[in-house]
Amino acid sequence: MIRVILPPNLRTLAHVDGEVGLELNGTLTQRSLLDAVEAKYPMLRGTMRDHVTQVRRPMVRFFACGEDLSHESSDAPLPDAIAYGTEPFLIIGAIAGG
Amino acid sequence: MTSDGMPKGESNMFVYDASPESGKPLTTHQWYDGTQHPWEFKRVWHLEPSLHDPDHVYAGVEDAALFQSKDGGKSWQELAGLRGNDTGPKWQPGAGGMCLHTILLDPNNPERISIAISAAGAFRTDDGGKTWKPINRGLHSQYIPDPNAEVGHCVHRIAMHPSRPNTLFMQKHWDVMRSDDAGGSWNEVSGNLPSDFGFPIDVHAHEPETVYVVPIKSDSEHYPPSGRLRVYRSRTGGNEWEPLTKGLPQRNCYVNVLRDAMSVDSLDPCGVYFGTTGGQVYASVDAGDNWKPIVRDLPAVLSVEVQALP
Repeated sequence: MIRVILPPNLRTLAHVDGEVGLELNGTLTQRSLLDAVEAKYPMLRGTMRDHVTQVRRPMVRFFACGEDLSHESSDAPLPDAIAYGTEPFLIIGAIAGG
Repeated sequence: MTSDGMPKGESNMFVYDASPESGKPLTTHQWYDGTQHPWEFKRVWHLEPSLHDPDHVYAGVEDAALFQSKDGGKSWQELAGLRGNDTGPKWQPGAGGMCLHTILLDPNNPERISIAISAAGAFRTDDGGKTWKPINRGLHSQYIPDPNAEVGHCVHRIAMHPSRPNTLFMQKHWDVMRSDDAGGSWNEVSGNLPSDFGFPIDVHAHEPETVYVVPIKSDSEHYPPSGRLRVYRSRTGGNEWEPLTKGLPQRNCYVNVLRDAMSVDSLDPCGVYFGTTGGQVYASVDAGDNWKPIVRDLPAVLSVEVQALP
């Protein structure tokens, strides 16, 4: 089970508590992971990536295994620890409010 | 000054120190998207007069840096050791900008200064500003990749009572925190607050365990819970809080109270004052029991300072 942690405002929008679980086949990439998140929660389309270009929104960042993957290719394979669910894929929003 | 009150001299110059003596290439910090970004002076967030010399004043600025003037504000020099801290390239702005908003001067130790930055955290020097270290142990921020990171916490404000400079009270992005070792470690004292998000925090002038905060609903909804404007007071140094409501609007109030917009006076009983983003300034002459609006229809109130005249 692939584990994804959304920022609080997107958890509210998607009506989820805690982590999001995904079952995916094939090579796991940022693109396939985010496609799956958006397929499961259509209300999140356009929040993490631009609706049209699918480019990451500038105030959103992606982390995994202690690394900032925000500027990696969206088609690059994600670490095995994410694919196996031993580590979560973190979607972090800019700090809004302070 | 000109006849219309404008200064005749040149504008204040806040120039970041990039001299070799700093020993660091003080060139970039982290931007919202994680890329590195050059330091750019934008504005002064807070001025803190020296405790000893009327011509000596500190300025906390955006992008986060600490300056001082020893000639009454004519010229400013950066205390570059702060930005030169090893963690500097990891600092990133909060939504309000990467501002240095809190400057606490230790009345017992002129070499010790504590500061806070959104969203880098709190830092302290014990050698008059030459070297600095992060003082964020115990802070837990779920909105950053490593919730217990050394830096990256969005500290909104820190307050200190001058009789107990080792005791610090912090309003963080979420959580109200307390340290009894000058920031060496922090413990949460949010207790029964309706929300532990907020901006200002202050300490009673004569009771070092009496603390004031203004809870705000959330980081995305900047107004008091249920539209009721309430100051919360703890007489136990945190954890146990009571709402102060008399004279404050208790319905349909959707203002915010910004981090520098609360102050206390030195009278007995202690006066407490705060301003809102709706342009009101409220005052209590009895330590928060009763409130009255003393000013209205201002622009959003950014800062409230009090001076008691003899």
